[in-house]
Amino acid sequence: MEYSSVLTTCTYCGCGCNFYLENVDGRLTGTIPCKTSPVNQGRLCIKGWNAHEFVQSDQRLTSPLIRKEGRLVPVSWEEALDYTASELRAIRSESGPDSLAFLASAKVTNEENYVLQKFARAAVGTNNIDHCARL
Amino acid sequence: MIEQVQSKVRELLEAGTIQGFLGLREQNGHIAPHLFQDPTDLEGMSLGDRERPGDARYPLTKILLTLTGNDSRAKLGILVRGCDERALESLAAWNQLDRDKVVPVGIACPRELAEECECERPYPKDPVAGEKTEPVAFASVSRIEEMEPSERMRYWLREFDKCVKCYGCRDICPVCFCRECSLEDQYLIRTRNLPPENPVFHLTRAVHMAGRCIDCGLCEQVCPAEIPLRTLYKKVGQIMEDEFSYHTGETTGKPPLQIADGE
Repeated sequence: MEYSSVLTTCTYCGCGCNFYLENVDGRLTGTIPCKTSPVNQGRLCIKGWNAHEFVQSDQRLTSPLIRKEGRLVPVSWEEALDYTASELRAIRSESGPDSLAFLASAKVTNEENYVLQKFARAAVGTNNIDHCARL
Repeated sequence: MIEQVQSKVRELLEAGTIQGFLGLREQNGHIAPHLFQDPTDLEGMSLGDRERPGDARYPLTKILLTLTGNDSRAKLGILVRGCDERALESLAAWNQLDRDKVVPVGIACPRELAEECECERPYPKDPVAGEKTEPVAFASVSRIEEMEPSERMRYWLREFDKCVKCYGCRDICPVCFCRECSLEDQYLIRTRNLPPENPVFHLTRAVHMAGRCIDCGLCEQVCPAEIPLRTLYKKVGQIMEDEFSYHTGETTGKPPLQIADGE
C-alpha cells in the first residue's frame, strides 16, 4: 500500500492556490486544500477541488498537434516550436509585426505573462498583446 | 505529547499490529496527511497544531476510507481526536468501515480548541496523550435560537445566499461517503442554479447529515463564503438527540434514519 499527499499549485488560474494531490498506489484519488498555505488558507473553488479528476482525464492532450493535410497529428515539442517560430518569422517578414497578436493566459503566473508581453513587444515588435481575463 | 504518540505508533508498527499509521507530517513548513509505514521513520510527525492548537487538522478518516476501500485486508492505525473517533463510529454505523481493521491512536484536545469548537467530547475514549477537558456547550446555537423566527429565517437566507457552490463542505467531510450525492440530484435541487437554490440546497445537506455529522467543523473551516455550517449541523445533532435519543458517533447500533439494513 502506497499513500502520499503531494503539495502542488493549482493550474486553473493565476491565484496560485495550494493543495495536496492524494496518490494511492500510483493513482490520484483526491484533492485536499492546503491549510497552511497563505494563499488559499485551506479553501478552494470548485475547479480546484476537482484537479485530480482532470489530471487523469483520457481527453487530455498529451503532446502538441500540428495540422498536416487537414488532419491533426501529434508531434514532438521540438517540431511544434520550430514550426511555430518559422511561421511567426515568415508572417512578420511578409506582413509586418502588427500582423501578429498574442493572447496571454489566466492559467499562468504573472511572471510568465510578463515574459509573453516582453516577447510580443521586444522580440516581435508589436503592441498587440491581450489577456483572456478581459474576454 | 508528540513523543507519546510516536512511541505508541512505533510499538504498533514494530509488533505488526498495523501495516501503516495515518497521521500528519510536517514537511517544508506545511502540515500534510501522511501514511507512516516504517517504525524507524516517524520523523516530522505532527498533531496538526501550527500557530494555534488544531489549526491544521485534515479529514484523516476520509483518507482511511479510500485506503481501506483500496485494500480491505489492511489494518491501519489512525491519529484521532474526539471528533475523529466519532467519525470512525459514524462510518462503522453506516457500514462503511470495519472497526476491527482500525486502531485509533487518540489525543485529547486542549481547552482552547475545545472552546473554539464548542465540543461535546474534546477527547477520544482512551487518549495516549493530552489531558481530558470538560465538554463545552453549543453557545453558537443558543445565540441563533434567541432570535425571533422571522429574524432567524432572514439570517440563514442571507448566509446561504453567499454560497459559491464549491461543494467544499461535502468534499472535506470525513463522513460524506455516498457515491451519488443528494446535492447533485436534480429531483431534490434545481441543480444548475448559482447561488444554489436557497434554502433547499443547504437544508438538503443539513437533513442528509442527520445521524452522520460528528461535529468536526472542517466544513465551516473550508467554506470560502464563511457560512456558519457548523452551527447548522450542531442544531441537527441536537434534534437527533432530542427526538431519537441518538448521539452520532456515541450511540452504538443502527442510526434512526438508516433505511437500508446493511446486509
